[in-house]
Amino acid sequence: MSYHWNWGIFFQLSPDGVHTYLSMLLHGTVWTLVTGICAWIIALVLGSIIGVMRTVPNRWLARIGQYYVELFRNVPLLVQMFLWYFVFPEVVPEAFGDWLKQLPDASFYTGVFALGLYTAARVAEQVRAAIGSLPRGQRLAGLALGLTLPQAYAYVLLPMAFRIILPPLTSEFLNILKNSAVALTIGLMELTASARAMSEFSFQVFEAFTAATIIYIIINIIVTFAMQALEHRVAVPGYLGRAPSTGH
Amino acid sequence: MFANFDFDVIIRSLPYLFYDGMRFTIMLTALATAGGIVIGTLLALMRLSGFPLLTLPAAAYVNLMRSVPFVLMIFWFYFLVPYIGQWVIGASAPIQVGAFLSSLITFTLFEAAYFSEIMRAGIQSIARGQVAAAQALGMTYWTVMGYIVLPQAFRNMVPVLLTQTIILFQDTSLVYVISVTDFLGAASKVAQRDGRLVEMYLFAAVVYFLISLCASQAVRQLQQRIAIIR
Repeated sequence: MSYHWNWGIFFQLSPDGVHTYLSMLLHGTVWTLVTGICAWIIALVLGSIIGVMRTVPNRWLARIGQYYVELFRNVPLLVQMFLWYFVFPEVVPEAFGDWLKQLPDASFYTGVFALGLYTAARVAEQVRAAIGSLPRGQRLAGLALGLTLPQAYAYVLLPMAFRIILPPLTSEFLNILKNSAVALTIGLMELTASARAMSEFSFQVFEAFTAATIIYIIINIIVTFAMQALEHRVAVPGYLGRAPSTGH
Repeated sequence: MFANFDFDVIIRSLPYLFYDGMRFTIMLTALATAGGIVIGTLLALMRLSGFPLLTLPAAAYVNLMRSVPFVLMIFWFYFLVPYIGQWVIGASAPIQVGAFLSSLITFTLFEAAYFSEIMRAGIQSIARGQVAAAQALGMTYWTVMGYIVLPQAFRNMVPVLLTQTIILFQDTSLVYVISVTDFLGAASKVAQRDGRLVEMYLFAAVVYFLISLCASQAVRQLQQRIAIIR
């Protein structure tokens, strides 16, 4: 028995009777992108706050930041998803738990939340490393000029730190898009789940996975190019290798 | 919150969780790490060889593996491995591959891409003059690699390789998607059988957390030790 290829399968109707398999996969792609982007907003904001917390002189803030990172980095993402989806509604007050369970698209909200908190720990490490890599004198000079500590962060340290971590942040953003596939375990119909469903309905396993693979690669290429363009735009002349090449 | 928390279900299922589940997880982690480092090192050597016939396929493979979700790759290999087996041994039908072997092949091939990036960085961290000196002494490519470059590259990268192994250990939980009984799979089966999701998933999280935390602390200490010696 050998495998029967059928690339025409994408234009056949899926079992819902309305959409073709191709549009089913594209729906999945949209869910992947929406989940990834929403989770990214949480990860970036929370990760930056925690990363900064780990570098401030206040020891308690630094310790809280450290605990957060250790906690969220040392539990597998899949287990975290299960905790938010199955365990969290049971341990909060009953009324709130019931409300959570009845939410429409609960797996989407849970997925976004879990992915965001998980990735925040990784973003925090990048932010902390970037702030740590800046010359000590920049912070001291800022403070000596009379800036308050928040001002020194806002005007001196963070603008450079975020430029330094643009490349690792790009990989984290790509990671969050890839990791959104883990949310299929709690029922989110993102791209991988759509490909899996298509393979189960149509038995055209390899066509479905090939299509999903190609879509992921295209997303990767687009994001990588967009981030390179951004890196190029915000580069500070004389710093960080990639200075703007177009002369004045 | 712990009013109707049933600790007994955890204690009752401990043998199943650890003997069936954790053994699978640890075996998969150890074997996939070993295989991944070997294949990853070969991929790194291919990428650094300078022959387009070797660099391009290796680069394409690594970039492909790194741009798709692990879950998708697990599905890919789950369906693909029987056909590859059929092709390799020339059987008339796709061969039956056990859950362990199938996951092992998936993890080895997937993690090889990540290990190859680490080994590539390790090899590139060796001073060029060492290679030139070895070649001037008349050593062949494999002697230079085997006695000069790889031992040092490997040693420099041990902390990073171990960190990647901890990530791999956590990633093994993803075999859940093909219903394999690893540690999380075992916990999940007990959870669903006894209706004790809260207890089992919290317990699983605690176990993963403690193992990963201890391992990463150990790596940190090792890193400091190596730093002092050099």
